[in-house]
Amino acid sequence: MTFAQIKEKARAEWEALERGERPRILIGTATCGRSAGALDVLEAFKTELAKRGIDAVIMQVGCIGLCYAEPLVDIIKKGQPRICYHHVTPELVSELIDSYLIKGNPRPDLALGTIGDGDVEGIPRLFDLPTLKPQVRFVLRNCGHIDPENINHYIANNGYAGLAKALKMRPEEVIEEIKKSGLRGRGGAGFPTGLKWEFCRKSPEKEKYLICNADEGDPGAFMDRSVLEGDPHAVLEGMVIAAHAIGARQGYVYCRAEYPLALERLRTALQQMREYGFLGENILGSGLDFDIEIKEGAGAFVCGEETALMASLEGRRGMPCPRPPFPAQSGLWGKPTNINNVETFANVSIIMAKSSDWYASYGTGKSKGTKTFALAGKVKHTGLIEISMGITLRELIFDIGGGVPNERRLKAIQIGGPSGGCLPEELLDVPIDYESLREHGAIMGSGGVIVLDDTACMVDVAKYFLDFTAEESCGKCVPCRIGIPKMLQILEHITSGEGTEEDLVRLRELAELVSSTSLCALGQTAPNPVRSTLRYFKGEYLAHIYHKTCPAGVCPGLVQHKIKIDPELCQACDLCRKACPTGAIQGIPGKPPYSIDDSLCIRCEACLEVCPFDAIQKLTGKASNYGDDT
Amino acid sequence: MVEKRTSQLAELIEPYAGRPQELIQVLREIQEELGYLPKEAQEEVAQTLGVPLSRVYGVITFYHFFRTSPVGQHTIRLCLGTACYVRGAAQVLQTLQEELGINPGETTVDYKFSLERVACFGCCALSPVMVVDNTVHSRVTPAKAREILSTYQGS
Repeated sequence: MTFAQIKEKARAEWEALERGERPRILIGTATCGRSAGALDVLEAFKTELAKRGIDAVIMQVGCIGLCYAEPLVDIIKKGQPRICYHHVTPELVSELIDSYLIKGNPRPDLALGTIGDGDVEGIPRLFDLPTLKPQVRFVLRNCGHIDPENINHYIANNGYAGLAKALKMRPEEVIEEIKKSGLRGRGGAGFPTGLKWEFCRKSPEKEKYLICNADEGDPGAFMDRSVLEGDPHAVLEGMVIAAHAIGARQGYVYCRAEYPLALERLRTALQQMREYGFLGENILGSGLDFDIEIKEGAGAFVCGEETALMASLEGRRGMPCPRPPFPAQSGLWGKPTNINNVETFANVSIIMAKSSDWYASYGTGKSKGTKTFALAGKVKHTGLIEISMGITLRELIFDIGGGVPNERRLKAIQIGGPSGGCLPEELLDVPIDYESLREHGAIMGSGGVIVLDDTACMVDVAKYFLDFTAEESCGKCVPCRIGIPKMLQILEHITSGEGTEEDLVRLRELAELVSSTSLCALGQTAPNPVRSTLRYFKGEYLAHIYHKTCPAGVCPGLVQHKIKIDPELCQACDLCRKACPTGAIQGIPGKPPYSIDDSLCIRCEACLEVCPFDAIQKLTGKASNYGDDT
Repeated sequence: MVEKRTSQLAELIEPYAGRPQELIQVLREIQEELGYLPKEAQEEVAQTLGVPLSRVYGVITFYHFFRTSPVGQHTIRLCLGTACYVRGAAQVLQTLQEELGINPGETTVDYKFSLERVACFGCCALSPVMVVDNTVHSRVTPAKAREILSTYQGS
């Protein structure tokens, strides 16, 4: 089949679906949806529809990014716009079927928004919601809209058009197009993608390799997982285009084993590509021979570093090597190799399908296009978003993210994972682009954004990241292997109340040493969380050192608060006594009030959490400006 | 029993004979089958793939995924990624440790539960996340963790 025929067939299938009489039910069953119970909802739909004899199309789709509202279900009735329902439980399923599908009541009380032409009274348009309105969705273009296990859905939505176009161009022209788009590597470092391809193309060796880095190891980042689960073909199409550009015959997707669903979707997608002739010999009659193999990681953060990743692909310990030689000269098996991240490839396929000028019209001077971010932590609308580069952190957190929940104050934004930094509230108006973030001590990284509120201790956050990098250091070079644990030791000193000002001096010296002398990016960037917190939150370090207090009430040795029971509110329900792990709570059921023996209390706050009457309170010491003052 | 395991092992390893680059893959498959990587399996792999035993051991100890001792009936994996951490995963870990009487990486004496900590599941928007076998539990609190544990106690 020619590409035109394939496309015709895919379009016909998609149109039959769109124009069909049967109602369609789209259920978001990516990992995030599943952990919120989407599979139970799916089962409930199957059972309840069958019970009522309703013939409907049930489609499993990827994540639209509104993870806070999961499980999400979209219902499309012929002639009506698509209605998106949120927080759907199995119990709500029969109600939705009876109300909307049978009686025609769209239930605005359960709906989040509508998609497509036409309005439904009482339901806003989904893409007019503050969370979605500022977003520009290129990478996430199909997530939540198509069945990721059906290649025809992807093709019908302009999929593989970029590949068909690229295969008619000379490799040098493809590279030129990517260079002109201004696309930079989305894995973290931001190296221009076209230039990287050109280095590899120009390498004299005949045998070359292409690798997709899907080892998304940054804790707090899940952009790549969502794309792989929701639209795997977008990534794989980008890989075939890259293979044509650099002249590779074999490609690998190195995906972390913690993403079983992404792996499954990748396998299905590769199978379909082979059937359609998008992989294998003489791809679409162009003469290009290329195939892709999936390699699973085995749990090592350092394997996100390209030389370590290649060592792991070769079946060895994932330890990095000094560069040069760069992978473009000598990479996998000593051959020229090009490595790009998942999101980079997903950008490539849309750039080729549209045009470099179109792409470069988004973003800022040096940071073109869009970037996806995983928004998590203390923010109302946690989820996956995509924005045009250059919008401010304030827009990201407050407009899209909906701000900080529970009426607390924003304290810091952790951006870039363990290699990134913590930016304070004062920097909310910094635009999001590679250069601005770096200038202020953070990095774009792969796109993990964790919002911290005033219950977070910044020294503890720095310690958390060092604890992570110390654990993940491969141990090959001394500064990283010994320097990071030394820095961690100093932070432990400070958070346990034994810190001195000299500790801060030593911490700074070590940070400089580790970042300037470590072999790979893991060590070079590991001190960033410490440096940025020292830069913007030095007062908190000093409070730990001089006042022996943790202002946020986090560090166990320095917490000055007490847990007390308010006798007025206590109903003697006995829940707190049962929850207490140390037996510190005394009382007789039904005879309020209960009391806490302070000498036994370990401040675990288990009682606070179970009390249904808010009778248990945290009393913070006088040194605190934060925390739950009463 | 031992004989059966040996032939089963040989069957798993054979397709990879002489291909050291497949070391991680073959170890993964064996662990899938046996639940862990016993010493005899490591030796067999070294011999069949043609790599020194030290390299096999080196790879096993380098990657978090591999284990050299048997696991319990249920594996509890608690995410301690940044998002989970700032939303209280450390307290959940403490609760699990107290309830089970084991540290991460250990198994209870009755081989009922194994406890593991994971860097990130990528479910950050629903943090803290705790995975028991293949079931994902989201927005876990110490109280909810106790509740989840109790549902497995009888089984």
